[in-house]
Amino acid sequence: MIGIVGYGSHIPRYRIRVEEIAKVWGADAPAYKKGLGLNEKSVPAPDEDCATLAVSASRNALRRANIDPKQIGAVYVGSESHPYAVKPTGTIVSEALGACPFVHTADLEFACKAGTEGMFIALHLVKSGVVQYALAVGADTSQGAPGDALEFSAAAGAAAFIMGSKNLAAELLDTHCYMTDTPDFWRREHAYYPEHGGRFTGKPAYEKHLYSATSGMLEKAKLKPEDISYVIFHQPNGKFPVNAAQKLGFKEPQYKLGLLCPTLGNTYSGSSPMGLAATLDAAEADRLILLVSYGSGAGSDAFVFRTTKKLLEIRDMAPKTRKQLDEHKQYIEYGTYAKFRRKILRAE
Amino acid sequence: MAMHVARNWRETPERYRMEAAKCKKCSAIHFPARLICPECQGREFATVRLSGKGELATFTIIRVAPTGFGDLTPYAVGIVKMDEGIHVMAQIVDCNPEELKIGDRVVSQFRRINQEGKTGMILYGYKFVPDLGL
Repeated sequence: MIGIVGYGSHIPRYRIRVEEIAKVWGADAPAYKKGLGLNEKSVPAPDEDCATLAVSASRNALRRANIDPKQIGAVYVGSESHPYAVKPTGTIVSEALGACPFVHTADLEFACKAGTEGMFIALHLVKSGVVQYALAVGADTSQGAPGDALEFSAAAGAAAFIMGSKNLAAELLDTHCYMTDTPDFWRREHAYYPEHGGRFTGKPAYEKHLYSATSGMLEKAKLKPEDISYVIFHQPNGKFPVNAAQKLGFKEPQYKLGLLCPTLGNTYSGSSPMGLAATLDAAEADRLILLVSYGSGAGSDAFVFRTTKKLLEIRDMAPKTRKQLDEHKQYIEYGTYAKFRRKILRAE
Repeated sequence: MAMHVARNWRETPERYRMEAAKCKKCSAIHFPARLICPECQGREFATVRLSGKGELATFTIIRVAPTGFGDLTPYAVGIVKMDEGIHVMAQIVDCNPEELKIGDRVVSQFRRINQEGKTGMILYGYKFVPDLGL
């Protein structure tokens, strides 16, 4: 039996509203809000990056797991905004947690799917018996080009999961993956902002992979949508995951706990993992959770977990995701946002 | 720039994990760690991790920042009385510095401290934020 023994998330305190971005670019804010299904997004402070978010989320996961960090045998950090092109984020996270030096570490990148890639590897590494505990983190401080549709949604946040084989808060029942080479979104080396295929990111990309992974997962686990209590899909905007849930036979009570995008934005590698963290914060024991990520390029990882009574004991040991999302947020104007995100050209 | 790499790396335990030295003879806690205890001249220490929680003892607001900190102005630098009884100096962030008060509860977070130009090393360490239970 393997699964999640501890989990945690971290959301920066700053937010910017859709209206504030739309005002600068002459865009129609109500149309964007309706089209993207989101009202605001998180913004990292100037001293936050993928590594700092990953450390904060992992420390929350450690509080809930209540284990010695030296027992963690593997640390995987998934992100598309690693602070260095060459030099691992995983070593920074491992060192900050106190997991070094007897730990296997790797950085992963697969657009918005890198977080669940780490979860997949960590779970199966524990299952193989190679390590006692493995940590997987999805963290991003995503960037959208100024004026691009992505700028309205590209946000920052992280979720971390410690996988183990005893004292499980959620037991893993099964996994399933669906991948093809589909160029819907990319960022070339040395390019500051990503590019995307516009509408091509919808049907042949998000929908095809996420829908196929979901139906494949349900078929493999011999489950029907009504057997699942909570479902979390990748959230590039507030609309795609809701459409996906409805088309695949899920109802609002099943997806509402994990749907964070309308006030969080798209946290890329952190997106569906943060939805899982928010779901674990409020889920009942002995319920099935379906998590399906999506990463451009493209592919989806699907997981089915069963919550345990242990979850109810550990969830209050660290700040909950919704609390971080809803409380003490600080709204900023576009000028401050542009400064925080280093979008303003300055003298050297 | 590269000359700073070794010095920064040596300070990783205290910057990343707030590791302090606890004197095995008189139990005094020193942060950063010392070779000789100024209280009892003991030379043996145990490594302890600070809780990261404390109270703002005093602070100032920086409006003209040194190199590398200009994007953050105005920002607060404070002295925090940690729950372990020792004092630590650091930036206080995620707040409006004008609203800070002596006695505020604060908690440490792992943040970027500075970076050595556009291509050099990124320095990480502890800063404090208001303790809002987040």
